[in-house]
Amino acid sequence: MPKPFQPSVVTANHLLDGDVIYQTAADEWSRNLSDAEVLTDEADAQIRLLHAQSQPAVTVGAYLAEVALSVEGPEPTHFREEFRKTGPSNYAHGKQVGAAPGPLEASEETI
Amino acid sequence: MYTYSDFDAEFVRNRNAQFRAQVNRRIDGSLTEDEFKPLRLMNGLYLQLHAYMLRVAIPYGTLSSRQMRQLAMIAEKWDKGYGHFTTRQNIQFNWPKLQDVPDILDALAEVEMHAIQTSGNTIRNVTADHFAGAASDEIADPRPVAELLRQWSTDHPEFQFLPRKFKIAVSGSENDRAVLRAHDLAVQIVEKDGQQGYRIFVGGGLGRTPMIGKVLRDFLSPEDLLPYVEATVSVWNLLGRRDNKYKSRIKITVHENGIDTVRDKVEARFAEIKPAFTGVDQEMLEGIKAQFALPAFRNASIEALEAYRAANPAFRAWTDTNLTDHQNDNYAIVSISLKSHGKTPGDASADQMRVMADLAERFGHDELRISHEQNVILPHVHKADLPEVYNTLRDAGLATANIGLISDIIACPGMDYCALATARSIPIAQQIATRFDELKLEHEIGALKIKISGCINACGHHHVGHIGILGLDRAGVENYQITLGGDATQVAALGQRTGPGFSADEIIPAIERIVYAYLDLRTDADETFLQAFNRVGMSPFKAALYPAQSKAA
Repeated sequence: MPKPFQPSVVTANHLLDGDVIYQTAADEWSRNLSDAEVLTDEADAQIRLLHAQSQPAVTVGAYLAEVALSVEGPEPTHFREEFRKTGPSNYAHGKQVGAAPGPLEASEETI
Repeated sequence: MYTYSDFDAEFVRNRNAQFRAQVNRRIDGSLTEDEFKPLRLMNGLYLQLHAYMLRVAIPYGTLSSRQMRQLAMIAEKWDKGYGHFTTRQNIQFNWPKLQDVPDILDALAEVEMHAIQTSGNTIRNVTADHFAGAASDEIADPRPVAELLRQWSTDHPEFQFLPRKFKIAVSGSENDRAVLRAHDLAVQIVEKDGQQGYRIFVGGGLGRTPMIGKVLRDFLSPEDLLPYVEATVSVWNLLGRRDNKYKSRIKITVHENGIDTVRDKVEARFAEIKPAFTGVDQEMLEGIKAQFALPAFRNASIEALEAYRAANPAFRAWTDTNLTDHQNDNYAIVSISLKSHGKTPGDASADQMRVMADLAERFGHDELRISHEQNVILPHVHKADLPEVYNTLRDAGLATANIGLISDIIACPGMDYCALATARSIPIAQQIATRFDELKLEHEIGALKIKISGCINACGHHHVGHIGILGLDRAGVENYQITLGGDATQVAALGQRTGPGFSADEIIPAIERIVYAYLDLRTDADETFLQAFNRVGMSPFKAALYPAQSKAA
């Protein structure tokens, strides 16, 4: 029997800098998992994924990543997604410093 | 060192201009990602876990100070101030932005460097013994041959859509420091009846199906090299499987068809194409050889060195581990460790790159090498200069005296960066190095090579580590399998799996148990870990690793 659909978010890499991004309910892209829209219905999730994949000027390699729900919002269920959310463990680079997480600037989305 | 011809310079310039236009078309939406991906990969640009990664070739691991300084500049201007040297003598920048990459490639072209064929199903960067042109045991410098192969393979029209990637290594010594037998094809310069020629290996490789390379031709005359290599790649290009990427490398072709069948086909193809090679390649090789002439070694007294060693224990320890015999008795080959305890193996900051470039310029006949073991080499240092070289390295955090020891670990980027990885490698390397430094056991343990890969593709060469560690994803948890007894040298061997893997928390204690077992069972301090393993086999190490199971048994 196939595994029941798990709560998921739409995630991708940003075209210009490759950073990990998440689709929000407001149809924006955020660098922060906590802003992500959590999808609990499989059909709905597929539509949202198609929507993400139709934005090649912003996204590369969009896919659905499973999350667990916590009071702080969605949390990764797999360590790979934890590293994507956090950044590398050997330096405080990527999401750990630099650009404050949050919605992408409109200019970033559209170039 | 080889200097670009006008042809080389124009080729790289044109390719960069093409790629700049391709990047622009991707950003303005004219190209989809599916269309763009093969184009970026042809130019060494990957999309990794958190960012793009640009892999820049360092052909046969050789750099000038000017090139090293340019890498430092690129690291600072377009990346996060460091670069990562890899197990195939490349440098990777982990954080470039897509729109900056054409400028980075132009900056590389200014110093005769590029990222062409560092990815994709092509003939990749040709690697060589990192002590080439300096080692005391060398028959001939392998780099002219490597450069000839680089020129021949770059944009070779027949070999742009191979079944899979194809890696070539070249060595000029019987002692294999270039892991020849783990390459798709390898060239070893040999002598027979007073004549120099080549021994050709084929079908080596690591990855999910590790294989030790086999001898395809024991002795090949110099003038036959290019047609013979071309015949080999050509035979595989047709015979190699394209239905399954896990079975497409030449090692599988050799395994499935047998070395004799492959040899017969190569010889037939060779006979067919040999007449087309009229000797121009040999003229080119002579021209290339002239560019790799030995530097003008200087004469100076080395008498003060022993006194300096005696008076400075830290310097002495460094000279004990980080120097290798040079073909000139007054010179030494200096290995600069990029494995400072607790740091990321193979990483160098821009400042460190400049320090190494300055040292090469002042004391090293302007040459640097990158080793597949992720260290940097100053191949020609006069022994009288060693104290100043050491002191300068020490002030830059580059004088770790651990070459060939337990903390001189090869580690792939693993899941901290790599999109293919199934577990992290870097933190495991950092923790092993830190732990054995705390225990102050490193020098007591002696020669021991640990190699760590974060997935089955084996970029960290774990199969040929004396202790190999393979990071896997076991039901959503990082799990590390251990192999013992691997050997990357001329007596190459694949490590044997010990048994069930260990979690990230358990792996460091597990390595400790292996090392203590070795210290207990070795005949004396001269018996290395690998010698001890080859003498006693797996059992004592298994017993140490899995005490509960062995008691129950």
